[in-house]
Amino acid sequence: MRSPISQQITTIRPSGIRRFFDLVSEMKDAVSLGVGEPDFDTPWHIRDEGIHSLDIGRTFYTSNAGLKELKEEICKYLDRHYGLKYEPSDETLVTVGGSEAIDIAMRAMTDPGDEIIIPQPSYVSYEPCAILAGGKPVIIELKEENEFRLTKRELLDAITDKTKILVMPFPNNPTGAIMEKEDLEEIAKVCIEKDIFVLSDEIYSALTYKGEHISIASIPGMRERTVVINGFSKSHAMTGWRLGYACGPKVIIEQMLKIHQFAIMCAPTTSQYAAVEALRAGDEDVENMRQEYDGRRRFLMHRFRQMGLKCFEPFGAFYVFPSIQQFNMSSEEFAEELLKSQKVAVVPGTAFGDCGEGFLRISYAYSLDALKVALDRMEAFIKELNK
Amino acid sequence: MREKLLSMIEKNSRMEVSELAVILGVEEETVTKELKALEEEGIICGYHTMIDWDKVDKDKVMALIEVNVTPQRGRGFDEIAERIYQYPEVTSTYLMSGGFDLMVIIEGKTLKEVSMFVTEKLATIEEVSGTATHFILKKYKDHGTVLEKKKKDTREAVIL
Repeated sequence: MRSPISQQITTIRPSGIRRFFDLVSEMKDAVSLGVGEPDFDTPWHIRDEGIHSLDIGRTFYTSNAGLKELKEEICKYLDRHYGLKYEPSDETLVTVGGSEAIDIAMRAMTDPGDEIIIPQPSYVSYEPCAILAGGKPVIIELKEENEFRLTKRELLDAITDKTKILVMPFPNNPTGAIMEKEDLEEIAKVCIEKDIFVLSDEIYSALTYKGEHISIASIPGMRERTVVINGFSKSHAMTGWRLGYACGPKVIIEQMLKIHQFAIMCAPTTSQYAAVEALRAGDEDVENMRQEYDGRRRFLMHRFRQMGLKCFEPFGAFYVFPSIQQFNMSSEEFAEELLKSQKVAVVPGTAFGDCGEGFLRISYAYSLDALKVALDRMEAFIKELNK
Repeated sequence: MREKLLSMIEKNSRMEVSELAVILGVEEETVTKELKALEEEGIICGYHTMIDWDKVDKDKVMALIEVNVTPQRGRGFDEIAERIYQYPEVTSTYLMSGGFDLMVIIEGKTLKEVSMFVTEKLATIEEVSGTATHFILKKYKDHGTVLEKKKKDTREAVIL
């Protein structure tokens, strides 16, 4: 029999975190700092709208690009928070999470052999999506000394005449890094000069701790070459609802819509109704959660300083990315030992790219009480190592 | 910082000053001073513990009592309320808008004890013209805290 499997898919490595989480789930009273989703329940008024939509029988498909009301609210939200102006009718597409938007944006913009620049450490799906879209991923290894921001120099070094897209994963999972206005202006200049398009994954935009998030699409000259991806998972604690969106120039969005309508039809209807409520009346919820995360972030940084764990101060998302280079262990060894001896699960930095070696991703999407327990155990572990 | 501090200790009054300082991103001394000021200004009126007495093997009943009063000349609601809240059985007293005047919450060991209090102490106050007693059968949520249910982390392992 011939192999039923495509050659291309076999080139994609399965994620390394899986094995690790299997270990965790088998272990009794392990505490995890590994989860990458909010610990908050979706605010009740949002859930209630979802339930209400079911009550009154809103159980049909929506139009392919999404509910008109929702697209309008999305555009208002992006304008009120980030000064981005998009047309609801043909520049906005509601997707099944930000992840779908990443996939179809790459597929809509990539020809075989096009190079897609991906700064790492970053979210695990950019690279496989780039490959599946027929593109060639080109990795930029971000540096701790730059607080894991992307610099103009690094970008210029990665560009060739085949470069088509730059992925901008900020605020960043797993490092918590952000890009401030001046940083973005430098990058924008290069993109315009070299005629490169940007896929800006801003799913964590609501969670920044050093002034409001800036979208690269708001830098003059960038709107026409940027697809902004965002969603409800992180901002409104709605991961399970699977709802995101993409906004960008009509020429790109209309092609993304084609893939979306043939592959997905439309995003879940219940989620879309709930999301309308989230955008109309949810800003305060988002701010409350942001403040809560911010307190935890400060608490973690403080405890790291106390236990002598080196960590740059991250200003976005809900992750910290401490360095463990001082212990002469690989990230994976460290994480495994920590799990075995103290029953604390963290994710090795290498899960997010080879350059994550020497770092750990620690999520603070956990209650302060849970964080305290986990950090006490980590401290004991580090004391043991330092003996 | 004041409001943030208040909302934090409202949720958990046992947080240590050092922790509060870290989370608020200020010096410990600033927190200590602010707490002292808040106490002196009477904004922080006490530090209590939330207890689900139903889980403790001790008889306890609670009732909400709607009280209608007829204030007399020279004796307004405040004074009548004071006469009522002086009783140690009374845990809360509020002046209300709407169909009745005072909401009195009282705690006792038995139904009988509470009923006796209403008939003998409350109803006999000159200005009280009527009462309606509602016994609390079960508390679901109190002071923003859901009782009984302990929340479990049900998030599954996912790759991201």
